[in-house]
Amino acid sequence: MSTIPGDLKYLPSHEWVRLEDDGETVTIGITHHAQDLLGDVVFVEMPEIGAEIVAGEEAGVVESVKAASDIFSPIAGTVTEVNEDLEDSPELVNSEPYDDGWFFKMKVSDTEELEGLMSPDAYKELCEAEEH
Amino acid sequence: MGSKTVLHDEHQNSGAKIVDFGGWDMPLHYGSQIEEHHIVRQSAGMFDVSHMTIVDIQGAQSREFLRYLLANDVDKLKETGKALYSGMLDDNGGVIDDLIVYRMPQDYRVVVNCGTREKDLAWMEKQAKSFDVELNERPELAMIAIQGPEAIEKVKAVKAAQAELIGRLSVFQGLEDSNWMFCRTGYTGEDGLEVLVPEAEAAAFWKALVSEGVKPCGLGARDTLRLEAGMNLYGSDMDESVTPLQSAMAWTVSFTDDRDFIGKSALVAQKETGVPNKLVGLVLEARGVLRGHQKVIVDGFDDGEITSGTFSPTLGYSVALARVPSETGDTCLVEMRGKQIPVQVVRPPFVRNGQKVYK
Repeated sequence: MSTIPGDLKYLPSHEWVRLEDDGETVTIGITHHAQDLLGDVVFVEMPEIGAEIVAGEEAGVVESVKAASDIFSPIAGTVTEVNEDLEDSPELVNSEPYDDGWFFKMKVSDTEELEGLMSPDAYKELCEAEEH
Repeated sequence: MGSKTVLHDEHQNSGAKIVDFGGWDMPLHYGSQIEEHHIVRQSAGMFDVSHMTIVDIQGAQSREFLRYLLANDVDKLKETGKALYSGMLDDNGGVIDDLIVYRMPQDYRVVVNCGTREKDLAWMEKQAKSFDVELNERPELAMIAIQGPEAIEKVKAVKAAQAELIGRLSVFQGLEDSNWMFCRTGYTGEDGLEVLVPEAEAAAFWKALVSEGVKPCGLGARDTLRLEAGMNLYGSDMDESVTPLQSAMAWTVSFTDDRDFIGKSALVAQKETGVPNKLVGLVLEARGVLRGHQKVIVDGFDDGEITSGTFSPTLGYSVALARVPSETGDTCLVEMRGKQIPVQVVRPPFVRNGQKVYK
């Protein structure tokens, strides 16, 4: 069964978002359920640092043994950091999707956009519906 | 719900992710398919391939029947147990299936793919009407492929009474012992065995192999291993719409004058008019993964297509098989996610016995 942390927000396309303590930076990754669907991850393509990302737009690509999949940014913002460890160790996306397997960080334009995202409960329902 | 092999409970107990494969519920992986891939290249892994179809060909004219049915010539099998890889073609030279035929002490045994079982059996039955032969399917035999540099030693340890027989096997030979059959064949590019085992004894054998340190591996690793080894997958790399000459299988066609076989005249005609395309290997050393159905662009000629593509765990980059125009040179472009990416054109295999081998 997939794990779904209670302190994150989610997208129906299986990304997660965490608002950091500074109140304006978010960290983005893909969920346990997503990595399970993809299988072993072999490459991750990241956005450039400084890139202006529009909500709902493609911000990167994750390639697994099975398929290539776009990573969508849940909200608008400016990329401040990307997870360089994924260059040499893409398997972190499989083993620690919510921790060392994060993708990138953004300074968000408007934190209120987070309100529109899926709650852990709503995301859990979506995953269960997909599994049946 | 699909068909289940006799080892289904073993897979579930080992935490397998089960997927549908040609109507069968089969393990895709037991955690990480890349880890399973490396284990086969470095030590020993095993695959449940009980879904494959085993047919015994018996009767006074079994030799004549197979010489007519198959593009390769069973007369090449001089010794008992020797195996031959062949295409089974239709009248147009299209590939109905690829298979392995063993010369048994009396007659022959063929192993064909699971997804093609019905049409293969129907085709063989139809052709058999003109010969004094009988076809007997052997669904009561399970099949386990144990592959990797340590595979044979580990099977010998589990089947001590058969260790001498296993040690005698030459490459591409299979020998029987009390309803079991030990074959030095496989689909990974490593040394190893494919063991045909009576269903009632299969689970105990599987468990004994696990205790010996043989790691269960799924269809995911089986696919990356066979692709690195440059081996075709029926339904992806070839089917009825192409001939062996368009499928890097010319080496499996025996064109001797004294023998007619189904599809021969079509192949001879195709050779005369020119084979329009060929199956080659592609290598992308940069980042990205080549995948089936991506378009291949060759300057000045028709487009080609990737038939199978994957990330190669052994090489650390992507490789593929692709059907491209016969004139294709050393490089071409692949359309990946809207971009045209240059790739090398090579002659498979990509990996043999754990090492990079393509040029």
